Amino acid sequence: MSIDEFSAYGYFFLTLLLVVGLYAYIYHLYKKKKDATGVDYENYSNMALNDDIGDTPVKPVSDEKKK
Amino acid sequence: MENRPLEYDYTVAKMFMVTTIVLGIVGMSIGVFIAFELAFPGLNTIFGQGIAEYTNFSRLRPLHTDAVAFGFTLSGIFATWYYVGQRVLKVSMAESKFLMLIGKLHFWLYVLGVAAAVVTLFMGYSTSKEYAEFEWPIDIAIVVVWVLWGVSIFGLIGIRREKSLYISVWYYIATFLGVAMLYLFNNMEVPTMLATSAAGETGIGSWLHSVSMYAGTNDALVQWWYGHNAVAFVFTVPIVAMIYYFLPKESGQAIYSYKLSLLSFWGLMFVYLWAGGHHLLYSTVPDWMQTMGSIFSVVLILPSWGSAINMLLTMKGEWQQVAASPLIKFMVLGSTFYMFSTLEGPIQAIKSVNAIAHFTDWIVGHVHDGTLGWVGFMIIAALYHMAPRVFKRELYSKSLMAAQFWIQTLGIVLYFTSMWIAGITQGMMWRAHDEFGNLAYSFMDTVDVLHPYYALRGTGGLLYLIGFFMFAYNIYKTMSARPVEESELQNASPMGA
Repeated sequence: MSIDEFSAYGYFFLTLLLVVGLYAYIYHLYKKKKDATGVDYENYSNMALNDDIGDTPVKPVSDEKKK
Repeated sequence: MENRPLEYDYTVAKMFMVTTIVLGIVGMSIGVFIAFELAFPGLNTIFGQGIAEYTNFSRLRPLHTDAVAFGFTLSGIFATWYYVGQRVLKVSMAESKFLMLIGKLHFWLYVLGVAAAVVTLFMGYSTSKEYAEFEWPIDIAIVVVWVLWGVSIFGLIGIRREKSLYISVWYYIATFLGVAMLYLFNNMEVPTMLATSAAGETGIGSWLHSVSMYAGTNDALVQWWYGHNAVAFVFTVPIVAMIYYFLPKESGQAIYSYKLSLLSFWGLMFVYLWAGGHHLLYSTVPDWMQTMGSIFSVVLILPSWGSAINMLLTMKGEWQQVAASPLIKFMVLGSTFYMFSTLEGPIQAIKSVNAIAHFTDWIVGHVHDGTLGWVGFMIIAALYHMAPRVFKRELYSKSLMAAQFWIQTLGIVLYFTSMWIAGITQGMMWRAHDEFGNLAYSFMDTVDVLHPYYALRGTGGLLYLIGFFMFAYNIYKTMSARPVEESELQNASPMGA
């Protein structure tokens, strides 16, 4: 295989990998909301909107520790 | 003591707010001065021939770029981190004596580093690598400062109450990691004292002066991988971090699409690092690498516009706020300038356009619509939002802020339009030739033609600087303005007349 062929294959598969990776990530972001333990990423905006020290965290660290 | 409610501690944020303003004034004043030096060369020696060494364009230019990038902008990034970081992680710096100590150490070592950089650059010590002019002892100090900031970031994350990290925190982490990697690799250098001459002599160099460990084209490649990504990780990534917090907070609107913010983040991270090659088009760099630099620059439009459009759409249905609040104006125009310069950059990176644009003033214009319109406006807006909250007082004057906005906007428009015309004129004149291939113009011909545009650019810069003084005054007076209640600070910042 010449270096040109090698770089052409490399280019093709890298592009394919990135496209698949990108769409898989988008799919993941939407799918997670539908799971039983779903996370709606849109709620995360509230981390900035309700950011007083007394406000309830969107996802408290202490929840994790209790499990 | 026990019963006192916990509060965010803005001590370190306030310290960095001061350096943001002071170094902004220093860097921008030098910028205006050297802009006029280009228009009126007599200014190079205005303070006498004796000290012309210290006042000429070439000595002051790195002081301008480094003061605005590593002084004003970095201070702004640190100030906002010590403010935003606590709030979105819902943890106070008062809860950790260690982090407070690190934060203060971070600040004072930073000030020391800045002082050393200013003095040595004035004295003429320079590695001659653009945006990486500092000699090696200062580089080491900067690494220490950077590590301290890292300890602050990850320390605060370590004791957080909010499990997930808000999108701005991702961007701050990326800034930390990106700059760390770039800075270390580009500043690999050897003091000339350790070098041996061609004749075999040793010990003839200097301990303070150094040369890069890379040579020729390799050095150029590393330098522009660094140079362009300094734009990425100092002028883009952390500023996106700011707008993702301050615009939603000030307007009271949730981010239009949080998912888009995540997607844009990974897009930006992946694409930006490959675009630096566009600084070396038509040079000795391999052709495929130049093409790659061009292509990645064009692809970069997507993640950049992903964030910028996301921010503009955050204002959906709330556009009356743009009319009503000068603070929102700064951010919305900042976001618009971000879109503008991230479209302009890729256009300049296309090889055929670059053949005209390279080495001309159009590039300077491009940098400044990005830095003045996007970076400057966003940091100014961030500090305006923070000021009432850290001082617990209303902003001193809304009308002064509005006047500042319009004066600075006019300044930016004068700046980039004059540089567009100057740059394209330059590019066309340098290329023009007769039917035998003789150049149609000499270099001095272009200098003559460009004079009015250089004068206009200086004027634009001066207007921006005047606006910056108004900003400094407004913040200073805020410290003695009307005290406000906690409830007034929910979203829109309280402002006096």
